[in-house]
Amino acid sequence: MYKRLPESEQAMTGHAVAVTINGEPVHCRQGDSVAAALLAAGHADCRDTPVKGVARGPFCMMGVCYDCLVTIDGQPNQQGCMIQVRPGMVIERQQGARKVMA
Amino acid sequence: MIAIHTCELLVVGAGPAGLAAATLAAGLGVDTMLLDEQPSPGGQIYRAITSSPLRANKKILGEDYWSGESLIGPFQASGAKYEPGATVWAISRMTAPELAGGFEVGYSVGGEARMLHAKHVLLATGAQERPFPIPGWTLPGVITAGAAQILLKTAGVVPGDRTVLAGSGPLLYLVAWQYLNAGIKVDALLDTTPAGRLGKALPHVWGFLRSAYLAKGLKLLRAVKANIKVIQHVSAIEALGQDKLEAVRYTANGQQHTLQADQLMLHQGVIPNINLSQAVGVTLRWNDLLMCWEPQVDDWGNTNIDQIGIAGDGAGIAGAWAAEHRGRIAALEAARQLGKIDQARRDSMARPHIDAYARAVRGREFFDTMYQAPDPFRLPTGDTVVCRCEEVTAGQIRETVKLGCPGPNQMKSFLRCGMGPCQGRFCSVTVTELIADERGVSPEEVGHYRLRFPTKPLTLGELASLPQTDASRQAVVRLKKPV
Repeated sequence: MYKRLPESEQAMTGHAVAVTINGEPVHCRQGDSVAAALLAAGHADCRDTPVKGVARGPFCMMGVCYDCLVTIDGQPNQQGCMIQVRPGMVIERQQGARKVMA
Repeated sequence: MIAIHTCELLVVGAGPAGLAAATLAAGLGVDTMLLDEQPSPGGQIYRAITSSPLRANKKILGEDYWSGESLIGPFQASGAKYEPGATVWAISRMTAPELAGGFEVGYSVGGEARMLHAKHVLLATGAQERPFPIPGWTLPGVITAGAAQILLKTAGVVPGDRTVLAGSGPLLYLVAWQYLNAGIKVDALLDTTPAGRLGKALPHVWGFLRSAYLAKGLKLLRAVKANIKVIQHVSAIEALGQDKLEAVRYTANGQQHTLQADQLMLHQGVIPNINLSQAVGVTLRWNDLLMCWEPQVDDWGNTNIDQIGIAGDGAGIAGAWAAEHRGRIAALEAARQLGKIDQARRDSMARPHIDAYARAVRGREFFDTMYQAPDPFRLPTGDTVVCRCEEVTAGQIRETVKLGCPGPNQMKSFLRCGMGPCQGRFCSVTVTELIADERGVSPEEVGHYRLRFPTKPLTLGELASLPQTDASRQAVVRLKKPV
């Protein structure tokens, strides 16, 4: 489990960004990446892999490994570590490969 | 039609090399554009330096981190254009006659594709973590030490329970030290540096003794060793758990031990981030000391592709200080090629940066020899995952070589390794080394993945949002032939 340092908590005071993660309301710091917000909220994993269906979580945090793929506002395959939280963002765990959408 | 942006010099990457290069080039009157993937400048080493919540307590990250601020002000005042959150996915030479050379660059911002025309391109794409293929390294709860540091720098997010750091090299100890400064408990640091490395590194000690890293490094090492349980000569590590990390099993001095753990942070050095260089056709060579592919560049950062230069760790690992100076040297060469300065001016302006670069790399051989990633952690066997995206194991790769598959590109057709979203970034060096190991030849002889654009995944919707030029339309529309 990850937590926030007091400096991070302080930066949230008064202007936290409200999002939902798998339906649960979560408060984040403005400027947090989705992956950082997931870890800070206690989610070590964020998806199941397409090949073997096993759990994966953020790994490199710099846009290289593509392990932090999540569904954001209905869009699957979004890189959690490269996208910043926005008010009202809906973040969901991704199951397997994305489906082709019309 | 949407206007396509143009510039004389495109710099890719806003780390120390890219920032220093763009600043200097713009100051010489070069119309400069800097594209960077991250939301704020600094690269990974100075990541979030303008936005970190730890600004309120500068001692956590330490003065070396905050020294990166010296690059930001001059860059912002330089007149260089800057687009954050921009991922470059293609660079190709323009062939239409009216465009007179230069490059067409495809990139995306916020899921929308854009085009840019540039006469000269400087790639300053930096470094990434070397893969650390051990059993269980794909489990949630296992991250790279670099990732741990990014969480700390960008968000002030830190581990709250049982934490183990493992591997070797300065960055691992730096993370441990920064956690100490922040009052975060680290349960153990498993050091994989093999016994006898100091002896091997000693011939290079003279350079190290004159290195600026020495005093800083020793102070940091002492603090970490006084406060964290450091286990030396760790020769095997496994991450254990069902759906997430539960424990770390390791072997040290022939004895196996198990530690309960919620977080495992891995690091065994960094390697150049070369996907763009590779896809654009830059010649790579295998570095036998650093055990990775490196683009071939001359002293000015020039590559085998005209008007494409590389600076910083993306041209070979040498650290942040060296990167800054290599960025300036390459910027001067770009300005010369663009006709802004002549050769004499380039040479005189470059002299202090060439000297500073030489000082910055002093002692690197000592480090590189001391902390070379050990064989057992680079050459996995059995069920250990090598390609994280396509979930291909070391055993599968070794078996496929025995069946007669000679190289990484053929391996793709057998196993799909390297063909997932990361495009080989986290398996390329391992696959090459495993094939070399099985065949009993050098990695250089085995070769590397052939990469093609787009170097990062791109949706059809993104592509369709691109502005079209007459040239691009004509390239795809078949002209009706008269009967």
